[in-house]
Amino acid sequence: MQTIRKAAFAAAIFALSTGASAAQSIDEQVNTGFTLATGWFVNLIFSPFPGTSFPWIVAWLVIAATIFTLYFGFIQVRAFGHAISLVKGDYSDPNDAGEVSHFQALATALSGTVGLGNIAGVAVAIGIGGPGATFWMILAGLMGMASKFTECTLGVKYRNEYADGTVSGGPMYYITKGFAERGVFGGKILAVLFSIFCILGALGGGNMFQANQAHQQIAGIVGDYPGWITGIIFAGVVFAVIVGGLQSIASVTEKVVPFMGVLYVTAALIIIGMNADKIFWAFEQIFLGAFTGLGVAGGITGALIQGFKRAAFSNEAGVGSAAIAHSAVRTKEPITEGVVSLLEPFIDTVVICTMTALVIIITQQLVIDPATGHYVVENGSIATVTGATGVGLTSAAFGSAFNWFPYVLAVAVVLFAFSTMISWSYYGLKAWTYLLGEGKTQELSFKVIFCIFVVIGAAANLGPVIDFSDAAIFAMAIVNIIGLYVLMPIVKREMVSYMARLKSGEIRKFK
Amino acid sequence: MTINFVVGFDGSKASEAAVRFAVKQAQTCDATLIIAHVLEWSPYSFLTPTEIEERHARRNMELKRAKEALIDPLLEKIKSEVGAVESVIRYGNIVDTIIAISKDSDAAQIFIGRTGHRGVASRVFGSVAGSLAQHASVPVTIIP
Repeated sequence: MQTIRKAAFAAAIFALSTGASAAQSIDEQVNTGFTLATGWFVNLIFSPFPGTSFPWIVAWLVIAATIFTLYFGFIQVRAFGHAISLVKGDYSDPNDAGEVSHFQALATALSGTVGLGNIAGVAVAIGIGGPGATFWMILAGLMGMASKFTECTLGVKYRNEYADGTVSGGPMYYITKGFAERGVFGGKILAVLFSIFCILGALGGGNMFQANQAHQQIAGIVGDYPGWITGIIFAGVVFAVIVGGLQSIASVTEKVVPFMGVLYVTAALIIIGMNADKIFWAFEQIFLGAFTGLGVAGGITGALIQGFKRAAFSNEAGVGSAAIAHSAVRTKEPITEGVVSLLEPFIDTVVICTMTALVIIITQQLVIDPATGHYVVENGSIATVTGATGVGLTSAAFGSAFNWFPYVLAVAVVLFAFSTMISWSYYGLKAWTYLLGEGKTQELSFKVIFCIFVVIGAAANLGPVIDFSDAAIFAMAIVNIIGLYVLMPIVKREMVSYMARLKSGEIRKFK
Repeated sequence: MTINFVVGFDGSKASEAAVRFAVKQAQTCDATLIIAHVLEWSPYSFLTPTEIEERHARRNMELKRAKEALIDPLLEKIKSEVGAVESVIRYGNIVDTIIAISKDSDAAQIFIGRTGHRGVASRVFGSVAGSLAQHASVPVTIIP
């Protein structure tokens, strides 16, 4: 993601330098000032282990996922079938019809995570780490399912319910209440820290970055035009949804996004099917790449870092954002929400990201040296047939089979960006009201700020600001995972009790 | 053993006609009338995070409104004409839910109006009567 971002900004800088030089100097001043103020924070979050290029934050997420996987006895495998039953509604009491279903909670949380990372991010990972990155990405995605399970169970268990029937939940609530329950000090401080990072992450990665990328996509098709125009339009639509309560617009997107997701996977499957003779070869490349590196820069470690990074950045497992989305669901058993949520990293990473990777590999976008059988590496990344990287590489891979697909992809990216913004506006709002108290005025103030940032994100070339907000999203994971470690015995107790009742038949199917 | 009649009621003219017809039928055999009001709902629709948060409160409001604005006034109007009358308000697919209600109450017959409002509503409601006739396991009377 970093690389595409840098490429995008480099392109934007070029565009600006040819156009408005005055605007550029203001931009530059903002950038320089902001970098001075926040650069240390970004460097801290994304700093690699000494002597390696492995960012410690990625290790933090992957180690946590591994610990949760072992602690809960491979819950992602044991409860996978049950998760599907829950989503199908087999365990839903018909008398509760009209309440939010497990399917709806899953779909909404997914629309917040499925996005540019699945399309462009994977291309970057494969471009640098080679096909082997796919293997590590899938592995990290499978592990991440346990992190999601833990955080979403806690999100429901410790949410606040109000007299009017609405609820507020998320890491800030389970950290405060759960720590108090276990007699652990520092819950309140961590919760406040989490909320601050969440607000920054929502305005940055969940807003400005999305607006910026959406503008790049539109400009890529209709030709270059000022970003603030996209910004104003986007902000207007977002305003109509989150302030004006025009949920119908959002509902349309929420309907189109899953459709786009299905279309994307279907197109990928068709392309893979068209190249059926190369499927074995593609998997061979993935496995060989994962364990031998296939001559990719950085070898096996390079593939591993890229794969792990992609999975962690894409499915947000351990970040705590999904816990906010899932906590609003009404269910008698918090564990059911955790079980359903473990499908998210599976769909996001193991299915969608893997499809992108397979299409890029199978359509042979990466240049192989016929003499050695190794990939041709130029400037640290693998040379591609079309010379494209990032979203362009994915676009070229799909376009090689269907020449109209890049247009669909552009529409998908814009819609994904919009739905991610709507989701993050909610996450940010929950953190905001946690800090400032619930109330109409507090809510409105955040929503207006959010809309202003849409315009800023689309109009300006604020690389360091985006870097900072990216760092903020991962800072959420630092706080959240500390919380998860402290509270995981509570989740285990819930899980053991639920599984026992499921086995004894006390919890039964309704259909 | 009591005989139960299920009547689909959504406040439309056609559904009122169905209730009137069902009342007359109930009088002849001393049947219990079950007024069924179904709020269209699919567990597979897509909601925004805000809609998810407000869903429970909204559901309570919708149930309250259906009871106070539709069902209670109707029960008030017809309770003197029939021996026994009950009401059920549920969420779900209209056809499936009316069939489920008729099964739960072991109903002898279902009454349903044929046309509701104009436009989309009439198409939806029209197909409800047709589908009920196709799928119900008890006789269905469609009232024009």
